[in-house]
Amino acid sequence: MSDGILATILISMLGGAIRVSTPFMFVALGETLTEKSGRINLGLEGNLVLGAMVAYAVSYHTGNPWLGVLAAGVSGVFLGSMHGLICSLPRVNDIAVGIAMMSFGTGVAFFFGKPYIQPSAPRLEALPLGGWSDNAGLRQALDINPLFFVGILVALVMWWAFANSRWGLIVRMTGDSEPAARAMGVQPYQVRIASTAIGGFLAGVGGAFLSLSYPGSWNEGLSSGQGLMAVALVIFARWNPLRCIVAALLFGAAGAIGPALQSVGISQGYYFFNAAPYILTLFIMIASARSSSSAREAPGELSITK
Amino acid sequence: MTAVTTDTPVRLTDSTKLRAWAEAVAIPVGALLVSALIFSLFLLLLGKSPVDYFQLLWRGGFGTSFSIQNTLQRAAPLILCGLAFAIPAQIGLTMIGAEGALVLGGFSAAAIAVPLVSGGVPSILTMPLMALAAMAVGGAWIGIVGWLRHARGVNETISSLLMTYIAIAIMNFFVEGALRDPGSANKPSTMPIGEDYMVGSIPGTDIHWGLAAGIVLAIALQVLMTRTTFGFGARVTGGNPRAALAQGLPVGTLVVACTAIAGACAGLAGYYEVAAIHGQANASLVAGYGFTGILVSFLARHNPVVVVPVAIMFGSIAASGGLIQRRMDMPDATALVLQGIIFVVLLTSETLYGRFAIFQPRTGTERT
Repeated sequence: MSDGILATILISMLGGAIRVSTPFMFVALGETLTEKSGRINLGLEGNLVLGAMVAYAVSYHTGNPWLGVLAAGVSGVFLGSMHGLICSLPRVNDIAVGIAMMSFGTGVAFFFGKPYIQPSAPRLEALPLGGWSDNAGLRQALDINPLFFVGILVALVMWWAFANSRWGLIVRMTGDSEPAARAMGVQPYQVRIASTAIGGFLAGVGGAFLSLSYPGSWNEGLSSGQGLMAVALVIFARWNPLRCIVAALLFGAAGAIGPALQSVGISQGYYFFNAAPYILTLFIMIASARSSSSAREAPGELSITK
Repeated sequence: MTAVTTDTPVRLTDSTKLRAWAEAVAIPVGALLVSALIFSLFLLLLGKSPVDYFQLLWRGGFGTSFSIQNTLQRAAPLILCGLAFAIPAQIGLTMIGAEGALVLGGFSAAAIAVPLVSGGVPSILTMPLMALAAMAVGGAWIGIVGWLRHARGVNETISSLLMTYIAIAIMNFFVEGALRDPGSANKPSTMPIGEDYMVGSIPGTDIHWGLAAGIVLAIALQVLMTRTTFGFGARVTGGNPRAALAQGLPVGTLVVACTAIAGACAGLAGYYEVAAIHGQANASLVAGYGFTGILVSFLARHNPVVVVPVAIMFGSIAASGGLIQRRMDMPDATALVLQGIIFVVLLTSETLYGRFAIFQPRTGTERT
């Protein structure tokens, strides 16, 4: 009996982890790219919310959710380039601009998003990968959105590119030492603007997942700090794209504790379990802030670790 | 020493101060004008009239005695939340958790009121206890952020925001559970504190005493930060933490004290929201005052006294929201867009400091 309940909880946590982790993964990968170039963009929460709104609106008007995903990415490029350009001016603090971009992106999303709260837009279809199982819970858990696999693919490509490609080397060099980059004839600001813009694209796609897959509709309470938790997640993942996947799954599982317990009838402390990802993030930050491995792997030009 | 040699440097520093002061006023005001311009273009693109917008903004914010009172009413929490960002900013911290301290402070005030009110404790004792509880909890909440920053090197910007979400979850947990007023069906709330325990209005107005508290605190904190050893130490730490440590300043104590003061300010804002506006703690406390306070503080250049007029300006944007929504058929998020534009332009304008020759010291041959 208790085994059955435990299994149900674990299966719904697995399903929840896969569902909830996707936006974390995209934002964290975007932030990894930006931070590898030596800048921190705290405004990805704004990209996430604006991306969610734009994706929903475009999917509603065109009937094609994938166009929505693309549009969300473009809106992310817009916010990301704004951040990148403003931070290239002397004496401008990237963390403060991030907070401003968060408020700007959210404001624009709420302004234009009002008419889209009611109507329902076509959503991204999940891939039913659990057909082999008799367990209904497991089948539901294995209805996986294609964006999840896209995210893993992006992480693999980034991991490979950082280590093996010319572009990856340029980004890492800019992030570790601006003088070295200049000496090699690289324009650090151009690299950073491009990295922030592409990072913004990924965060926007993460937002598209929120409105087009899970929870799957647009409203103003859609994102509750996932964009910011993802920034903390990058520190936890120590700027490694592959570890970002693991960290995102872990955060997803933590976020799924509340709903999973509720599904077996334990609603006591629902709000408390909802806070689990934030508490987990905080503890991870406390544990990793002074760790030597974190200091060793951090990009040298990053203001947050300087 | 002759009069001439002592006089000359004094005059020089006066002129330097005046120029620095003019720069600190001109650049933010310029940023506001540019923001208004960009926002007007935004309105024009949507086919709305910017002239109508700014006229309604003025009418809804300052046009009638009712709207002035509405503006000042909304300015009160903004002053306190602006201070909650400004004080840590002076010691070099970007602390964005005022919203959480406000929510948790307001909730603590409402929670401590439950046994006190039902026990029949007189309001003269209950009300200060509620305010103290709000300030203590808010101060401890943000004080933790400062301590984590100093002791463990945890980034205060991210941790304070995470703490905000945790604070809201804590309030929801109790408001939906143990402390829920059974009568609050649609909107789970704590027990109402009752009319006798509410904060009254400043005589002759409808403005609650939170505004006065905010102004008094702003002046007190200005004195603390500019006229005391504590404030000097804090500003030295903000300028150069290593130099402060090398000078033997108690950096840890200063950091924790500044963040705790910030949390207490935000907690007090929560107290007034509960004890002067809502009469109970519920989700209405999460109204974004803490986040607007960040912008208020940036525009005031983290100067406690300047926070007051800037907060009143943003109070007017909030107060005129309803009027603009009705007359121009625009969503309430219009104010958020305007604030977002101001925020981005203002931070971009940081790059202009030191760029204009007219604001630079004219020291002639004797450079100081």
